[in-house]
Amino acid sequence: AVTIFQLTCAHSVTLTLLSSVKNSEDVRCKCICPPYKDHSGHIYNKNVSQKDCDCLHVVEPMPVPGPDVEAYCLRCECKYEERSSVTIKVTIIIYLSILGLLLLYMVYLTLVEPILKSGFLPLQDHQPFANAHDVLARSRSRANVLNKVEYAQQRWKLQVQEQRKSVFDRHVVLS
Amino acid sequence: MWLLVREGLQALAMEQKGYRRGSFQSGTSDEDMLEIAGASLEFSAADDDPPLDRELAGFSSYNGGGMNGTSTMMDFLEEPLPGVGTYEDFNTIDWVREKSRDRDRHREITNRSKESTWALLHSVSDAFSGWLLMLLIGLLAGSLAGLIDISAHWMTDLKEGVCLAGFWFNHEHCCWKSNTTFTDRDKCPEWKSWSQLILGHGEGAFAYILNYFMYVIWALMFSLLAVLLVKSFAPYACGSGIPEIKTILSGFIIRGYLGKWTLVIKTVTLVLAVSSGLSLGKEGPLVHVACCCGNILCHLFTKYRKNEAKRREVLSAAAAAGVSVAFGAPIGGVLFSLEEVSYYFPLKTLWRSFFAALVAAFTLRSINPFGNSRLVLFYVEFHMPWHLLELLPFILLGIFGGLWGAFFIRSNIAWCRRRKSTRLGRYPVLEVLVVTAITAVLAFPNEYTRMSTSELISELFNDCGILDSSKLCEYVNDFNSTKGDDLPDRAAGPGVYTAMWQLALALLMKVFITIFTFGMKVPSGLFIPSMAVGAIAGRLLGVAVEQLAFYHHDWAIFSGWCSPGADCITPGLYAMVGAAACLGGVTRMTVSLVVIMFELTGGLEYIVPLMAAAMTSKWVADAVGREGIYDAHIRLNGYPFLEAKEEFSHKTRAMDVMRPRKSDPALTVITQDTMSVEEVEAIVGSTTYSGYPVVVSRASQRLVGFVLRRDLIISIENARKKQDGIVSTSIVCFTDYCPPLPPSSPSVLKLRSILDLSPFTVTDETPMEIVVDIFRKLGLRQCLVTHNGKLLGIITKKDVLKHIAQMANQDPESILFN
Repeated sequence: AVTIFQLTCAHSVTLTLLSSVKNSEDVRCKCICPPYKDHSGHIYNKNVSQKDCDCLHVVEPMPVPGPDVEAYCLRCECKYEERSSVTIKVTIIIYLSILGLLLLYMVYLTLVEPILKSGFLPLQDHQPFANAHDVLARSRSRANVLNKVEYAQQRWKLQVQEQRKSVFDRHVVLS
Repeated sequence: MWLLVREGLQALAMEQKGYRRGSFQSGTSDEDMLEIAGASLEFSAADDDPPLDRELAGFSSYNGGGMNGTSTMMDFLEEPLPGVGTYEDFNTIDWVREKSRDRDRHREITNRSKESTWALLHSVSDAFSGWLLMLLIGLLAGSLAGLIDISAHWMTDLKEGVCLAGFWFNHEHCCWKSNTTFTDRDKCPEWKSWSQLILGHGEGAFAYILNYFMYVIWALMFSLLAVLLVKSFAPYACGSGIPEIKTILSGFIIRGYLGKWTLVIKTVTLVLAVSSGLSLGKEGPLVHVACCCGNILCHLFTKYRKNEAKRREVLSAAAAAGVSVAFGAPIGGVLFSLEEVSYYFPLKTLWRSFFAALVAAFTLRSINPFGNSRLVLFYVEFHMPWHLLELLPFILLGIFGGLWGAFFIRSNIAWCRRRKSTRLGRYPVLEVLVVTAITAVLAFPNEYTRMSTSELISELFNDCGILDSSKLCEYVNDFNSTKGDDLPDRAAGPGVYTAMWQLALALLMKVFITIFTFGMKVPSGLFIPSMAVGAIAGRLLGVAVEQLAFYHHDWAIFSGWCSPGADCITPGLYAMVGAAACLGGVTRMTVSLVVIMFELTGGLEYIVPLMAAAMTSKWVADAVGREGIYDAHIRLNGYPFLEAKEEFSHKTRAMDVMRPRKSDPALTVITQDTMSVEEVEAIVGSTTYSGYPVVVSRASQRLVGFVLRRDLIISIENARKKQDGIVSTSIVCFTDYCPPLPPSSPSVLKLRSILDLSPFTVTDETPMEIVVDIFRKLGLRQCLVTHNGKLLGIITKKDVLKHIAQMANQDPESILFN
């Protein structure tokens, strides 16, 4: 329980810190200018700071001649936007790695472990962790770390099996 | 460590024979007793030996090494056994006991704080621990919501193409740097659709078919992964979660529902389910995720770990944080928790919930998932005025929302019931795949169903200005009148007509497909699909009214306030009101709905239309069907949830509901000092009641107190093993002063400490209205019935629920759990 907490704490701290890391490429001033007279609408992006984010600095080259510039710029709307591409990258990579780990673990539990433990073909998919019962009954206590981990894992498998029975088979919860 | 122990208890309990409680008939008496006894040994060894030292397979012998030395009689009386005072799975907690335990603990800390500085610091930290816990919950919930948002955005766009500038960017962020054209804001060279990647070009029929195919394949893959992960790792992670959280907050225990594996799997599979294009949302599951965070973080603080009632206060606050990050609405989140989710909501919880919700919203904002400091994708910023006459279409939208809500609830419950009882329920993976396939195949051709539902709602809420170039904003523009951004009502161009019939088709599809989607074995929420249905209906009506006002501006109803050239009708507002109406019709939310909607829009201008629509939809929906969607699911699952809002209006009395009935055998009681251990064990073994009244003697039937089954079993087993001289013929004594026995008889087993000396009693003539009220207000599990001072019978919460169901002509046997 404590390690999960530490992990999630670290994760939330990382995300908040990352969002404050500013990549200079991650700011932009976006000006949207609607159609004016016979000029079509246009969108301008430029990497400027917030105080320079207005039509005169961003709209280059100016499509209308001098006297019309003010009328044109009045219709344009300029917004300053920033994002954190580092946050996005790290988040997606964290998510994909968690997903990948879970998938690997699922494949291991369903296919690899029955082959390793019992030496015959894997069981039907209905009860992928059904051999947990036998393993639990057979395990003798030797207090080393590996056995502890295995014991915790077997207990967890039983719990999941019970949950699966009540949700999927008997439909008593969460139908 | 506590989690391990608790899981150990569960595993051992289950290992013997699977579930033993609730509607499940337990087996022989011996197995039951041994089961619990083994569990108690786990508990007593909690901090001393790792569980591995226990012999697991057989329970006939115990290993020693648990407690140190033999406990004397006085120790036994003073120290409560670990395990006494905890609850079994699928049981209701005893609110009164938990609350009084907390008060005792607080009193002890306060008294001790005067002794030393260390004790003073301890009391200060104890008071502060609640706030620290709220802070942690807010941080964790906010960061998880940020992870979910960013990942879901990316994966949704993955169905359509990839970004060559970095595969982790979604479509919008891929095109962030490059210059897009005014009319085609989606196209940029870095983003390649699948057909462009595979074929090299994006035009033509073959490219379209390839895109279609890839879309369906990705959707199927995502949903297959989601359902497999749920099935393999955490079956409790499916569904919305809100009905079960409501039941948990009312005092029910579902072990593992708010655990770490459920949290991890729910987060991961929620992203997959949302990205697969299914008609579901992520707000309900986010509440579940936040409550899991709350439950897990509770284990860091003793005050909340050991007390189930305090923990539920924390869970209420966590639920508020969940809604707050889902909508960017902290106040709405607190009100949602107050109105929909929580059962008891003390005022202290209000302030703390608000704090948690604020911290969560702030954390999410600093992660900035949408790139421009907004919290929700469909935040609107327009402030156009509306006219009083527009209340008529708003009320119409309210009626539509109410009718749709009632229709949806009825059909969804019918479908879920079918899933529960027929062969459909045996193929959950296949069901998810089929529904995803149908959704993907139907959704791709129509651009309004192809985009993610949040984007659709955002586009529908948007008010058309000169800067917009979407199909929905293709009005016939008159460029000679330069009025800045404030465009008048104009005639609809061809783009608007196309958009209208596409939206109508999208409405039909969403109305029907959501019925089959909600309740599947993937995390699924309801808020976004209902808001989408309402927003589409609202926008259709809004555009219709706008065109009516434009073409017939000389009619009496329009001429007064809508002159030609003015901007009177805002279809975006109609979409918002429609969304609120449909959401209210389904969930029957009132205050929280209006507050969430106006926090979404950022202004108070639209409170009156929102309230009008929400009220109308609630009244119409209540007229057609009594319950909201969450209460209907609670009833479908048979959870023992005593509805706090409904009045009990029948004239029955306590004696009509109590057990035993006239034809049943007499009430099973335990006498205070005349029964032997063997007899008590026989009674406990031969019945399945969760508690027994203790009387002075069988002849007088005068009440002494109430003892719980679990405590009795744990204490007797423990005494047999640990105490000297306790044999089957020892007398069990529940009083302080036991009767003197001849010296040759075995020593007395004193169980005074586990007896509850103040059970609640009512007389047999008490009207059931008052009894139901007592159960609700105090959170009782059982209540004893006396007549002329003598014990007559017992009423349990299950009996009350069955009675209410019977009175409402529903099936009383559907109340499953104990």
